[in-house]
Amino acid sequence: MIQVHNVTKRFGDFVALDDVSIDVPDGSLTALLGPSGSGKSTLLRVIAGLEQPDHGEVEVGGEAATHLPAQKRDVGFVFQHYAAFKHMTVRDNVAFGLTIRKRPKDHVKSKVDELLELVGLAGFQNRYPAQLSGGQRQRMALARALAIEPRVLLLDEPFGALDANVRADLRAWLRRLHDEVHVTTVLVTHDQEEAMEVAGNLVVLRDGRVEQTGSPRDVYDHPANDFVMGFIGPVSRLDGALVRPHDLLLSDEPVDGAEEAMVARVVHLGFEVRVELVRTGGEEVVAQLTKAEADTLELRDGAIVWLRSPLPRDPGVGVVGKTRDAVG
Amino acid sequence: MARLTLRVVALGYLGALLVVPVAVVFYRTFENGLGAVWDSVTTPAAISAFWLTLEVALIAVPLNAIFGVLAALALVRGRFPGKRLFDALIDLPFAVSPIVVGLALLLVWGVDGWFGGLGVQVIFSVPGIVLATIFVSLPFVAREVAPVLREIGDEQEQAAATLGANGWQTFRRVTLPAIRWGLVYGVVLATARAIGEFGAVSVVSGKIAGETETLTLLVEKRFQNFDLAGAYAASALLAAIALVTLAAMTILNRRREEST
Repeated sequence: MIQVHNVTKRFGDFVALDDVSIDVPDGSLTALLGPSGSGKSTLLRVIAGLEQPDHGEVEVGGEAATHLPAQKRDVGFVFQHYAAFKHMTVRDNVAFGLTIRKRPKDHVKSKVDELLELVGLAGFQNRYPAQLSGGQRQRMALARALAIEPRVLLLDEPFGALDANVRADLRAWLRRLHDEVHVTTVLVTHDQEEAMEVAGNLVVLRDGRVEQTGSPRDVYDHPANDFVMGFIGPVSRLDGALVRPHDLLLSDEPVDGAEEAMVARVVHLGFEVRVELVRTGGEEVVAQLTKAEADTLELRDGAIVWLRSPLPRDPGVGVVGKTRDAVG
Repeated sequence: MARLTLRVVALGYLGALLVVPVAVVFYRTFENGLGAVWDSVTTPAAISAFWLTLEVALIAVPLNAIFGVLAALALVRGRFPGKRLFDALIDLPFAVSPIVVGLALLLVWGVDGWFGGLGVQVIFSVPGIVLATIFVSLPFVAREVAPVLREIGDEQEQAAATLGANGWQTFRRVTLPAIRWGLVYGVVLATARAIGEFGAVSVVSGKIAGETETLTLLVEKRFQNFDLAGAYAASALLAAIALVTLAAMTILNRRREEST
């Protein structure tokens, strides 16, 4: 359990965190999601004790941690650029926290072997970080962080420096790992897809403030405001209101409440088909259909279709007050 | 063709200005046979000068190594007022002529100086030579270590902290191994400077044969007394130390490049 109460952090004139409060429940995997400069990494570093807040309190595992140095917080921290100890072997890297704690040698050895097995690096004990790929280095860093059996695991854009396909693999792997290890985990990312795929809870940040917290589905279906709606998924603008492109309904004959629009371009993306439309007023709108839907409509450039916006959205949009709720 | 010319000019320049003079020293040294050289570098004054030079370097260099690492850490990792001034001050020994350093020490520690009345004999004695040597060889370690620290960044140190390491453990196990080649390189440079220092030492030592005479001072004295063979022999000894240092530097530089 991590609790952050009213934390403010400034760097000179820049307000990185502005009165932020969040609760991270035990055993959860929570993503701090936001654009760059939103304060998500700073929040993670405040939890780890790598930054001192100007105001506010941090509790880790029910214990006041605000004034504890990083070394006493029992947190596992994983950095975007791995922070591997370059002059040490994989074994010594993973063993670092245990040798600092002066654990007996045979215990350290078996623990390290067990962790390397867990992260899929068995047999790499005597390699140096320079001899590993990026993905392997990051898995080593995870094993190193897990070795101290931390109360919480903090991941700062852990896949940010990796290739797209390695990143996709590691996301799925992290999800499985979390199901096995169950350690309370906080992940920082600017990638909403990554957050929604991996995390059970989202905390959306902007300009050092919490915009919304909730499950990925909850945040997607009931965004607290236009910013969250736009950040968490694709949007189209229709008469000034934001709608999801896949919520827009198209038909090839006039329907109640529908308006005429012309197909400007049809983009086939496999299962998904993106349709760029021009409304009678000249306004452009993007709709998203499945391949089957698009085939039925026999869409082609220049065709006229009827466009219907979904029923008025749930009262989610534009409703403030969801901000700074407890996660979960 | 142009490249060949350039190469010849560069090598010729180095040869005429650096290699020939040093080679001549060795040539003149061994002109009269090994026996004469041996006799010349084993006189009591020469042996004493050799050991004094070594002793001074062994005190000055470790102190500068410790100071240099601390200064580099402060410069790269620290946030404190006056950091720019501190940064500039470290280079002072590069800027100030050694003879001025010697005179300054004389003013501070001499009989009529600020600390002259403390009852400790500094000027015309070994402590004065050590102080002068520390002054002139001070920047090397800090200047070699600081860029390495900057390059490795502080994430490894932060990682060590989150894994439970305190400041000293982090330094011992993470920072020091990462900067080791820069540190060793700085130490080698400082040692070369410490052994070769003449100007500052010559002002404060008093040049008492067998007591406060370093190798460089011995060379000068023999030269002044028209003992050219003796001067060459002592010079050859200094040059030999310098060549060993140069070799060490070349090897270390390679190790350093390989390790990054």
